[in-house]
Amino acid sequence: MSEAIDWPLEVHRILSAAKLRQVGYVPDAGHKRLIELCRADDEMRAVPLTTEEEGIGLAVGAWLGGERCALLMQSSGVGNIINALGTIKECRFPLPMLITMRGEYGEFNPWQVPMGQATPAVLEAMGVVVQPVREAAGIPAAVDAALRLAYNSYVATAVLISQQVIGIKSFQEQAAR
Amino acid sequence: MSANLKRRDVVARLLAERGDLLVVAGLGSTAWDCTAAGDHPLTFPLWGAMGQAAMMGLGLALAHPSRRVLVVTGDGEMLMGMGSLATIGVQRPANLSVVVIDNERYGETGMQATHTASGVDLAAVARACGFAHASTLTRESEIAALRAAVHAQPGPNFAAVKVVADKVPIVLPPRDGGLLKARFRRALLGDAADTQ
Repeated sequence: MSEAIDWPLEVHRILSAAKLRQVGYVPDAGHKRLIELCRADDEMRAVPLTTEEEGIGLAVGAWLGGERCALLMQSSGVGNIINALGTIKECRFPLPMLITMRGEYGEFNPWQVPMGQATPAVLEAMGVVVQPVREAAGIPAAVDAALRLAYNSYVATAVLISQQVIGIKSFQEQAAR
Repeated sequence: MSANLKRRDVVARLLAERGDLLVVAGLGSTAWDCTAAGDHPLTFPLWGAMGQAAMMGLGLALAHPSRRVLVVTGDGEMLMGMGSLATIGVQRPANLSVVVIDNERYGETGMQATHTASGVDLAAVARACGFAHASTLTRESEIAALRAAVHAQPGPNFAAVKVVADKVPIVLPPRDGGLLKARFRRALLGDAADTQ
């Protein structure tokens, strides 16, 4: 089964090899392990944000200073970064984003569905190159490609990690956490 | 609060003999103020991204701990990114200063009152968020010390400088975002920035 792959560990290794020095994030269950790996890495500055939009400013400042910055967020957070993405496009800042999906495959919370369903279209409308991934085994290669595209071509890229990978939570499971 | 400081005088004094200071200028009036003080490759003036100036300062300060970083922005811009004060307070970069030129107005949209006109205290917010130093300045005699703090005081530092809400001539920096980015990186990182 492809689910046997430890994708957060692989993704952390790829971020490290690509010399990502800053990682901005809003806490998210799907990114929990990757966030922990980044926080434990002395070569990376993991920066918790109050809203995803702050991550765009962080990444701009990092690149102005010569450092690479990736953002980790949930698809609902995409709604918080739309205007700021205009700066990324106008100035051609490189910006890799790893986005875990909600409101998509078997979602239990109806309030997550509108933003989740709109996420690819919204990102593409703002000039972000979007790469959906539906299997854990495909995530490392997609992240590697997203980093290469971002830094070789000075664009924003987004790897959308499906709920098929993250798992589907029910109200009951959520309450028991 | 009846202010008598003039925004152009304050910014010109903050940026005088700036040395290797790195500057992010918030969109609108503070970008014009910084340009009036002298367009500079190591100033990144914003034409958009309202609310993100302080976070850009944070990313820059973390990338270059050995350089002093100054964010000059307006009260309306800072209010839109108030959460970033909490984020900066958690990271506590010693080399970062955020100076809000506070005229208690949205200067580009018709001088409507911002929340600071009703008493919202940005320096108190910054202090509560963990900034090492945070104060509200109203007097001309305090500006020299603020400039010295920007260059040398271990931060993060925050100051709200109350200024007169008058209209001043617009002095525009270059508009091309790609140019502003590239010239900043080249000035900071050298030619290697072009092939990084």
